Amino acid sequence: MTRRVVGPFNRVEGDLEIKLDIDGGAVRAAFINSPLFRGFEQILVGKSPSDALVYTPRICGICSVSQSMAAASALAAMQGVAIPDNGALVQNLVMAAENTADHLTHFYLFFMPDFARAVYRAEPWFGAAEARFKAVSGTAAREVLPARAEFLHLMGILAGRWPHTLGLQPGGTTRAVGGSEQVRLLATVASLRRFLETSLFADTLEQVTALDSEAALDAWMDAAPSERGDLRHFLVVSKVMGLDKLGRGTGRYLSYGAYGMNGGHAFRRGIVEAGRPRAFRSAEIAEDHASSWLARPAAPAHPSHGLTLPEPDAPGGYTWCKAPRLAGSVVEVGALARQIVDGHPLIVDLVARGGGNARTRIIARMLEIARIVPLMEAWVRTIRPREPFCAHAAMPPDGECEGLVEAARGALGHWMEVRDGRIANYQIVAPTTWNFSPRDENGVPGVCEQALVDAPVREGEIEPVAVQHIVRSFDPCMVCTVH
Amino acid sequence: MQNLPGKPRRLNLLWLQSGGCGGCTLSLIGAESPDLLTALDIAGIDLAWHPSLSEATGFELHELLARLISGEEPLDILCLEGSVIRGPRGTGRFHMLSGSERPMKDLIADLAPLANHVVAVGTCAAFGGITAAGDNPSDACGLVYDGREPGGLLGPRFRARSGLPVINVSGCPVHPGWVVETFLQLAGGTLTEADLDGIGRPRFYADHLVHHGCTRNEFYEFKASARNLSEMGCMMEHLGCMGTQVHADCNIRLWNGEGSCTRGGYPCISCTEPGFEELDHPFTLTPKRAGIPVGLPTDMPKAWFVALASLSKAATPERLRKNAVADHIVVPPVGRQGKHQK
Ligand code: SF4
Ligand code: SF4
Repeated sequence: MTRRVVGPFNRVEGDLEIKLDIDGGAVRAAFINSPLFRGFEQILVGKSPSDALVYTPRICGICSVSQSMAAASALAAMQGVAIPDNGALVQNLVMAAENTADHLTHFYLFFMPDFARAVYRAEPWFGAAEARFKAVSGTAAREVLPARAEFLHLMGILAGRWPHTLGLQPGGTTRAVGGSEQVRLLATVASLRRFLETSLFADTLEQVTALDSEAALDAWMDAAPSERGDLRHFLVVSKVMGLDKLGRGTGRYLSYGAYGMNGGHAFRRGIVEAGRPRAFRSAEIAEDHASSWLARPAAPAHPSHGLTLPEPDAPGGYTWCKAPRLAGSVVEVGALARQIVDGHPLIVDLVARGGGNARTRIIARMLEIARIVPLMEAWVRTIRPREPFCAHAAMPPDGECEGLVEAARGALGHWMEVRDGRIANYQIVAPTTWNFSPRDENGVPGVCEQALVDAPVREGEIEPVAVQHIVRSFDPCMVCTVH
Repeated sequence: MQNLPGKPRRLNLLWLQSGGCGGCTLSLIGAESPDLLTALDIAGIDLAWHPSLSEATGFELHELLARLISGEEPLDILCLEGSVIRGPRGTGRFHMLSGSERPMKDLIADLAPLANHVVAVGTCAAFGGITAAGDNPSDACGLVYDGREPGGLLGPRFRARSGLPVINVSGCPVHPGWVVETFLQLAGGTLTEADLDGIGRPRFYADHLVHHGCTRNEFYEFKASARNLSEMGCMMEHLGCMGTQVHADCNIRLWNGEGSCTRGGYPCISCTEPGFEELDHPFTLTPKRAGIPVGLPTDMPKAWFVALASLSKAATPERLRKNAVADHIVVPPVGRQGKHQK
């Protein structure tokens, strides 16, 4: 058995280091470390509750409005404010824009460049993949950056700027949309649709959304040559390379529900365990500190009375990340979890046949893009320009609340306690904290730690490419993880 | 692609991240007209390594760093995004370089004197930024500032090999245009110390105030103020807007096509300034003394401001008084014929 330390793991958000135990050409155990600690939860104590809207987005530059939305939802719960329909529509649009931009950034800039690595030089598909996806110089990056930037004009129109907008508030949004903005929003979304239908899918969003089984997906893949659309290119290469055998997850999925509207969600809230859905209960969440460089509470605690105090010499610690567990179990979050909890037939079928794996995670993300953009079009059309976008309410001096949202990378929760008008405790559980958690007090590894076991290591490889694919299939965000 | 005049050789750029959120990179890759990769091409800048964009990973980076430190490979531009993390107790252990036993702060201190130019990208790298808020649990600071105080990691007298001080492209996050134009000027050899303000920020954006070009200027003139976020009036009197004091061209250059904080309906919270992370009041509330906002424009005598404000308040047109507290125009301007032009 050899122990190897891999890092920095770039083309993820933030810093990541992984210790691998390797034997017989495969990974036997993985220990994931997030080596940066900033201490947002301490920073927030003593602040005015509304200031959470300034601090928490700055936990993360890649999903800053998701952080902001979690804080706004928590504050809204405390204030008991009812958001006008326009406000909820714009909140959803801003969240959807960030999530879509994140999925695109991940696919084109973070994930696909690994197929242009020299280890694959001998593969018959290599030339095409390298021309299209090579980091910095590939044709894809040069197309997607302008398309992404133009799509983010939506943020300029609706939220002033991105990242780190203050426009999402407990009672709605700060920028009223007039008739002219409404049509420009439609044009901006239409422009993204054109990019997606030309470059990413080479098909309509509706056709992609209608794929309802692995057989249907395979037929779609085979219906055109692999260069017809970047998704097909991925599907072909990943099939040849067996990405569906890599990075098997735990089979337990959690989604807080995405895009709230009229008391429900556009993508349902819930849990899927052993293929069966069940209801989510916040009280089942507990954070375990057994492998973290953090002070140890007597027992794993619910985040509403959680604790985040650094203790660099805590025995057995190997990361700043905590280990959140749901009813004691390891759960996976993210686009795959969202789509399986929502019951999309393609993802349900893929997981039933081959489990959650590196390939399914990418497919779920791309499917999500195809599903979100038409929703955005409908939301823009539903805005009623002369009606209110923001309600205002007083903040009670004392109380406790939670804000649960779905960031691109999965379930994000904020828990806040306010005493005498000041934040007394603030705890955050980010999506990557779920997926990249270390071992808990029972020695059970987190989702990605489990997914890395059995990853093949090729002869002479220092940083195994299979490990790269698996880690990046989760689209980890380490700055969120440890905040 | 052709270099700018006067620059025969392509430059290399190493981008490191420490105690920040990655938001400056995410903002930067949204650069437009041209996009980031084209802008770098035009400037003649090659990415030696960037954590979000480069293929190279792990040992390839460690080898590159070794070559740069030994001098085997020159370092033209070093960018730091995120603050320098000194804690706990000066060890830097709150941020170690992955795959090594080294604190990031030591690596940064080794590389900075070797670089021809050092650029602090964002308010964290420049001054400490949001990471240094509260009790500053990670003991974060900037490259040559610790909040408002000169010092930081490298000390106030630090000079890069070119002789320039650290260039503080502040902002939380930075505007992509601020970074791209700094790169183009560095590549063209046209950026001098005189082009930086007193705290190292490029004057092309720092010689403006956020107030310049704000669509609420007419409301400001008549002190027609918004009471709640989402209303159209000036946000200085009640909602904490610091645009009249904050150095940045946010309302001239615009963000994400056509936005800005104030156009988005919320106040400027001074994100380009040292110490913005720790104000002595909630961000969206204006602190007042005897009913008068404490933070008035810095280059105007207070008494005059108060006198003019009460005068202009008395003269506020009905149109502005009503629109200031609405979220869309309820009273349009009157035409030359004395009629609302609907
Ligand atoms: S809102 Fe701020 S920037 Fe705009 S006019 Fe008022 S003080 Fe100036
Ligand atoms: S308006 Fe103020 S807070 Fe907003 S980006 Fe510009 S300087 Fe920063």
